[in-house]
Amino acid sequence: MRRLALALALVVLPAEADDRRSGFDVMGPDTQAMQQDDTANPGILWVRDGEALWTRADGGKSCAACHGAVESMRGAAARYPVFDGAPLSLEQRINRCRTTHQGATPLAYESQELLALTAVVAHQSRGLPITPDADPHLGAVRAEGERLFRQRQGQLDLACSQCHDDNAGKRLAGNLIPQGHPTGYPVYRLEWQGMGSLQRRLRNCQGAVRAEPYAYGSAELVALEAYLMARAGGMPLETPAVRP
Amino acid sequence: MPRTLINVPQSVPRGTVFEIKTLVSHPMETGFRPDESGRLRPRDIIHTFVCTYNGEEVFRAELFPAIAANPFLSFTAVATESGELAFHWTDDHGAIHTETARITVT
Repeated sequence: MRRLALALALVVLPAEADDRRSGFDVMGPDTQAMQQDDTANPGILWVRDGEALWTRADGGKSCAACHGAVESMRGAAARYPVFDGAPLSLEQRINRCRTTHQGATPLAYESQELLALTAVVAHQSRGLPITPDADPHLGAVRAEGERLFRQRQGQLDLACSQCHDDNAGKRLAGNLIPQGHPTGYPVYRLEWQGMGSLQRRLRNCQGAVRAEPYAYGSAELVALEAYLMARAGGMPLETPAVRP
Repeated sequence: MPRTLINVPQSVPRGTVFEIKTLVSHPMETGFRPDESGRLRPRDIIHTFVCTYNGEEVFRAELFPAIAANPFLSFTAVATESGELAFHWTDDHGAIHTETARITVT
């Protein structure tokens, strides 16, 4: 009976007014078609690179040596960031695996190799709902992320929330302001003509409000990631997404 | 070694027009952008794309510095005979990258 009630709750939940929209829902039909066609979505190039890297022995051991086929990563990216001694983003997990288990050097943030590996891991969760990890340590991390999300910063003195909560759906110059749900990272951004991580996107926004961007891998960016993923909880992952 | 994504229908009725879609990974460096030291990065683009159908050229495109990275090309051909489509991308270093796809005409 309890199981039935739970199942009913799961069915009923989406019917509640969920006015969250992925960037996918608000972008143009051409870009949507590009993302949905795996032979037109340039992000798939990084996924294919990642598949090759997954089985390449780095420091004597490949990812596949421990994890087996990359398909075993199904669902993993939907949980990140997690807590393992410290808050850990997917990029940091990959680099920790490299240093502690593979005996390899960590990959630089935004390097093509790290983007390819995160892309192929996250791609395994495409279509799965974002399921924030239940570790109690993450509560404080998300609270810190939310505080940063609502904190005004930079010469323009703007908080993330002022655009992405208060004014989402309106326009900033010619561009539609999305709600800022990280549903498809790493994404292929047409403006970048390449792949980028969520942290690149966040730093990009900080530059736009003329704030000094947090460093890659900093506690602030991981906290923001943790808050944003919880905020997007239940929305399907799209990796590799295409965004204008 | 560039990576490519190619979309060709597996089988097509004879005489019909079918669509071919190709995507190739390439930085398409324009030659107009300075690097960190202020010097211009040398131009590095794919300047020619050719598609042959059983050895006969059916489509050719010239590409220029204003074309974005990872160029995507979509074009059509008429299904005549079963056989092989070959795609050739030529870049500024003179390197030619070739991929092939089979097509069955029914």
